[in-house]
Amino acid sequence: MVSPEGKTTTPTKNTRVTKERFAPASWGRPPHAVIVVDPAGTAARVDGETSLLPGVEQGMPLPDGLAWLARATAEAAADAVHRGDPEPPAVAGEFRGRRFEAHPTRCADGSVVWWLVDHTARYAAEEALTAERERTTFLAEASNVLLSSLNAERCMAATARLASGFLADAAVVVAPAEGRQLPVTRAVRGGEAAQALIAADPSTVPGLAEALKGFPPVPSRWIDPTSLPDWLVPDGFGTTVGSVVVTPLPGHGVPAGALILLRTDTRRGFSENEETFARLFAARSGAALSAARLYAEQHSITRTLMRDLLPPRLHRVHGVEFAGSYRSSDARDRVGGDFYDVHPGRTASEPSLVVLGDVCGKGLDAAVLTGKIRNTLQALMPMAGDHERVLQLLNGALLNSDNTRFATLVLASVRRAENQVHLRLTSAGHPAPLVVRNDGRVEEIPTHGSLVGALEQITAHTVGTTLLPGETCLLYTDGITEARGGPLGGELFGDERLKRALAECGGMPGEALVEHVRMLASQWLRDGGHDDLAVVAITAPQTTHLSAVDGHTRGRYTS
Amino acid sequence: MTTTTVDATGLDTLRGDLWAAVTGRDEFRAADVVLRALDAGTPAETVLLDVIAPVQSRVGRAWQADRLTVAQEHAATAIAERVVAALAHHSAHRPEPYGGRITVACVDQEWHVLPARLLAEVLTLRGWKVDFLGAQVPTPHLVAHLHSTGADAVALSSSIATRLPTAHTAITACQAVGVPVLAGGAAFGVDGRYARLLGADAWAPDARAAARRLADGIPAPDLAAGRRETDGLAHLADQEYTLVVRSRARLVGAVLAYLEKNFPAMAEYSAPQRERTAEDIAHIVEFLGVALYTDSDDLFTDFVRWTAAVLTARKVPARSLRPALDALGVELKDFPRATRMLGRACGHLDEAVPTTDQHPGASA
Repeated sequence: MVSPEGKTTTPTKNTRVTKERFAPASWGRPPHAVIVVDPAGTAARVDGETSLLPGVEQGMPLPDGLAWLARATAEAAADAVHRGDPEPPAVAGEFRGRRFEAHPTRCADGSVVWWLVDHTARYAAEEALTAERERTTFLAEASNVLLSSLNAERCMAATARLASGFLADAAVVVAPAEGRQLPVTRAVRGGEAAQALIAADPSTVPGLAEALKGFPPVPSRWIDPTSLPDWLVPDGFGTTVGSVVVTPLPGHGVPAGALILLRTDTRRGFSENEETFARLFAARSGAALSAARLYAEQHSITRTLMRDLLPPRLHRVHGVEFAGSYRSSDARDRVGGDFYDVHPGRTASEPSLVVLGDVCGKGLDAAVLTGKIRNTLQALMPMAGDHERVLQLLNGALLNSDNTRFATLVLASVRRAENQVHLRLTSAGHPAPLVVRNDGRVEEIPTHGSLVGALEQITAHTVGTTLLPGETCLLYTDGITEARGGPLGGELFGDERLKRALAECGGMPGEALVEHVRMLASQWLRDGGHDDLAVVAITAPQTTHLSAVDGHTRGRYTS
Repeated sequence: MTTTTVDATGLDTLRGDLWAAVTGRDEFRAADVVLRALDAGTPAETVLLDVIAPVQSRVGRAWQADRLTVAQEHAATAIAERVVAALAHHSAHRPEPYGGRITVACVDQEWHVLPARLLAEVLTLRGWKVDFLGAQVPTPHLVAHLHSTGADAVALSSSIATRLPTAHTAITACQAVGVPVLAGGAAFGVDGRYARLLGADAWAPDARAAARRLADGIPAPDLAAGRRETDGLAHLADQEYTLVVRSRARLVGAVLAYLEKNFPAMAEYSAPQRERTAEDIAHIVEFLGVALYTDSDDLFTDFVRWTAAVLTARKVPARSLRPALDALGVELKDFPRATRMLGRACGHLDEAVPTTDQHPGASA
């Protein structure tokens, strides 16, 4: 052994260092465990916090649990590279449930003094930190995925996929029952989620019926994995279920479903910590799922309510071509204050009634009034021959209702006789209809009248005209003529420009003409905002053939 | 998938017949040509892509060469669309169920609907469930549709390059809800370079390639990482695009004033002629804007080349473009990228036609 007084001058660096570093007798009890291991693997001396090393006896070989230290001693002794300063690197190892970092100091006789620093707590903290970081990253990523879609199927698939990948070996999302069937989304780790409707009773899975009602989760240790029904375990799970967690997916006040996590019997069960974390994840996924369901519900309600407010798809009626186009002012809305309808005559010899109008204002409020006007006008079809009378009745109906909005519209009675189409047109405060003749002339029909919904008494003046084959009568709202834009910006499109553009459209099919007008408006506005825009073309067909393409085909604009 | 039972001459005849019908505005004959071909056993896909599509391209080229008027072009297109609709109802059009669901849409303000329509029909034929949203689909509508249907992918069509910034918005929006985007159409470049630049998940040069690409499966964008930035658009940081687009109307006014001052002939222009000149200038500025957005000199040069061809076909000397580009160069002298692009385009014009003093006639 080295003498404690050996800190006097020493001839070589090596011995000096050894002597200076280890003089335990004069230091009292070191705060770490110290073992001096000789080349034979015997614990030549044990000192310091020996309580950390139960079973290590001085003078006895190192116990099996410290085999790693015996190996390190042999390596340190044989380490030619680190001979001299600095000392060989520290090694890490476990003993009796504790984690040590062992720092060696070589002695001249070939034995090694190991300072065993207890890092058990630090390792535990580091592991916990890593785990927490992984969880935080997982939650952040899961939120990104879940929040990006408002589609419930996608949300459920994402939930099952994420949960099976991070929390368990397989995950099953059970949505609230639809009738007697449970919508189930299952995923195995690393696989895609598969969805199915399963006729099953949720009470066959312990805790599932409760979770679907939003009750707190049943701790996993109370669930017997062997009691699970077969439908719950996804294909490809492979082995038997070892542990199960059933946790509710809390929605916005209503349960959004349940999440079931499955682990194989080869893995350890869910710890309390993991169950808590599963609930954190379930809270996010439940919120996303609930938002998606609410969106779908609202969407379906809106779609149903809007069905009657959307402009109809136009086609050929009694030998006359009709084409229409509509765009609302707000890209998010599908409806607005402009509207059109074609009410077919009962027979080919009776005129059809075309209506195109503009309720003052934009958006849904205006759209609701267009619905009322359209219904009223449909009811007034039997007297469609007398436009002024129809308008007076409509005016009365609007004045008697609660709304304070007024509307402008144009009525057209359309009847085909031989190759020609006879029109009777009445404007109620609306831009005059334009007729595009085959030779490119554009005629403004001089009908005029008061707008409806504002005055007690209204008048209207009806004008007739005739379309030859290929000619078109265009009804439009001021969304086109009052579009502001153009190459220099801020300029009105105006009537003259519209007429000039139409002059190049002689003989164009109605659909093409409507598209052309819509394109002009869009080009004129460029990216600028615009009013609602509606256009209807009434066209006398070019020939008398019965069309193979009668227009009862799928429209181009199914949005 | 498709086995063609008609030989090349048969297709040539069909194309010739359809061309005669659509340019003669004879909708019934056009429908006849197509329906008879189907009855004779020509596969619907062949009719769509090897008869209707080439005839439609020919219509576009004929307009460019001034052999068809705008009205004729529109009429021909409308007839082609109706013919496609008729074909969709023919008994030969019986898809086998497949299961996947695709949304087909045109970018907002894109009214060239036929390429998208043809793709929608081809996909339906190949057994996809297709939601065809049509022309000019505002991005909010597209996204709302994706939320409610949960489509596997979006096929996004754009023909005019000036729609590329809007296409970029649409692509990003679809990806943000986890739906991959296949971009297609002339706007994205013959080699799809702009589709890649704007971060589309896939690109296809034609309907058949698009159908194959969709069948192979396009991986959904990775949502976990959050919103991704598109590489390759770092040049937007210089604000040239934003500033040029924002001052478009002012730029057009300035160029117009320059031309009026330097070319007395313009004093005799009628109001509509003057407006057309202004529209042409606005078009140049618009294309310059997109060239700045994509940082593509080629895009602007190609546009100038195309415009020159259109002008020449209408007996307007192509060199009349030069003064407008010069004036724009003066206005944008502090914009290095714009200056570079204008310089390249001018170089191209000078090469193609030696300049002499000539009044700037638009297509008026």
